[in-house]
Amino acid sequence: MNLVEAHNIWKSYGDTIVLEHVNFSMKDGEFCTLVGPSGCGKTTFLRMLLGIEVPSKGKLLFEGKDYPQEPSDERGIVFQRYSTLSHLNVIDNVIIGMEFEQSQLFGKLFGKAKKRVYEKAEEILCAVGLQDAKYQYPHELSGGMKQRLSIAQSLIKQPKLLLLDEPFGALDPGISIDMHELLLDIHAKLNFGVVMVTHDISEAFKLGTRVLVFDKVKTDKEYPNRFGSTIVNDIDSSKGRKNEK
Amino acid sequence: MKRLINQAPSKMTNMFLGLLPFLLILVVYMGSSNARLAENPNDKLLPSIEKCIGSMSKMAFEKSKRSGDYILLNDTLSSLRRLAMGVCISALFALVIGIAIGVVPYLTSTLSPLIWFFSLIPTMAILPILFIVFGLGELSKVVLIILGVAPIMTREIYQRVKEIPSEQIIKVQTLGANTWQIITRVMIPQIFPRLIDAIRITLGTAWIFLISAEAIAATEGLGYRIFLVRRYLAMDVILPYVIWITFLAFLIDFILKQFNQRLFPWFGKE
Ligand SMILES: Nc1ncnc2c1ncn2[C@@H]1O[C@H](COP(=O)(O)OP(=O)(O)OP(=O)(O)O)[C@@H](O)[C@H]1O
Ligand SMILES: [Mg+2]
Repeated sequence: MNLVEAHNIWKSYGDTIVLEHVNFSMKDGEFCTLVGPSGCGKTTFLRMLLGIEVPSKGKLLFEGKDYPQEPSDERGIVFQRYSTLSHLNVIDNVIIGMEFEQSQLFGKLFGKAKKRVYEKAEEILCAVGLQDAKYQYPHELSGGMKQRLSIAQSLIKQPKLLLLDEPFGALDPGISIDMHELLLDIHAKLNFGVVMVTHDISEAFKLGTRVLVFDKVKTDKEYPNRFGSTIVNDIDSSKGRKNEK
Repeated sequence: MKRLINQAPSKMTNMFLGLLPFLLILVVYMGSSNARLAENPNDKLLPSIEKCIGSMSKMAFEKSKRSGDYILLNDTLSSLRRLAMGVCISALFALVIGIAIGVVPYLTSTLSPLIWFFSLIPTMAILPILFIVFGLGELSKVVLIILGVAPIMTREIYQRVKEIPSEQIIKVQTLGANTWQIITRVMIPQIFPRLIDAIRITLGTAWIFLISAEAIAATEGLGYRIFLVRRYLAMDVILPYVIWITFLAFLIDFILKQFNQRLFPWFGKE
């Protein structure tokens, strides 16, 4: 069964057509990167995969069923910024996903239960390289560390699909290379589906097993909003990838 | 020579400059007071500092002949009690309603026009209604403060809730949070220090309503005392009382500010 399937999806806002004729399917373990010109609808597509935006036309399926209409812990997200909780320190940011699950009423764990999730969180923090920043608050972290933290927050929930919207767009090149290693590493270990939007073509080919190029097929000079973008190219890039088993 | 905008005073100069206007006011006051007293020793408008201190220490340290209480202490306690009740109830209201209408769209539609309407009513205009409905006792004074500040605080909290980045709210949903958990684990902790700030902003308004209500109907309280002794032109009591009220306002603000800085190290640095 496919993790995600899109059958002839359209998306428009009023008269503006953003996406048209989008057909797409992905399996568990695929790492899709989305590239395309600014404003072509990559974020819009990602928001549909997250479940906070519905297609205007067409059918979108998650694991063969109708797409969920709101976010859930099956699909994790890392935004470009603001995805960590500013009032919690690093380790509390990571365990909060477990706390939501295990304590319905308060969303907070105490005593032994808390110790147990702390242990799990420490493992994940080691995996993303934040073990030395456990008790710092997000405002004390660098941009790269914040993104690591946001990834760690999602990882503890073991999502089936991890969505990333230009997660390294605001980072220095040297730091984003570290982040690439990290992503390739955890993807190889956990083998979940990943969809990542990026502006950087080389990043797209380095990380993705598939690179999807979004662009307009037709353009109308007088009404630029008349035609939407679609997937113009779907490139298998698994061979060029470093960490491929 | 550096530009004026780039010249900063040193720490000592800074403190001196800050105190300078106060000293000037004091000197001018003492000068004018002495001049008037020299002309007419019974002048009441600008009493001498010694006279103010004398009257105030009578208020503070001598039991009243009529009631057997320390007047200043009694006035302060009853005013602060009213202020605290009004402000705390308002803050609780603002926290609950502000978050509710900020988070649940159905409640926004239902309640925000109402709160907007109430925040526009000139509160003093409905003081007579309060006296009629709640009588002249404590209740109407507390209700006046609540009506005056709760709508402002609620609107403030609502704005602050709206300012929480939607990314954070979406993110916690992908971590499995339900609406209640979002409120208890994200909204309330993030809004709480902002509520304290909202209290600091509205305290000035709360004092206005407190003193107005006390001036009209009360048997003790700081506002009551000032308006009572006004009949005898007792500036030697009024002036120290005003300074005392200002000091209390400063102290409360200072405590709340410290509270925020100590308890929420992340606040204001996001
Ligand atoms: N809520 C909305 N209402 C109206 N138009 C919208 C809305 N959201 C997005 N759009 C429009 O849809 C188009 C695609 O936006 P989107 O954010 O998906 O682009 P993008 O490919 O992510 O661009 P970038 O690379 O700059 O992030 C834009 O023209 C934008 O103006
Ligand atoms: Mg985008």
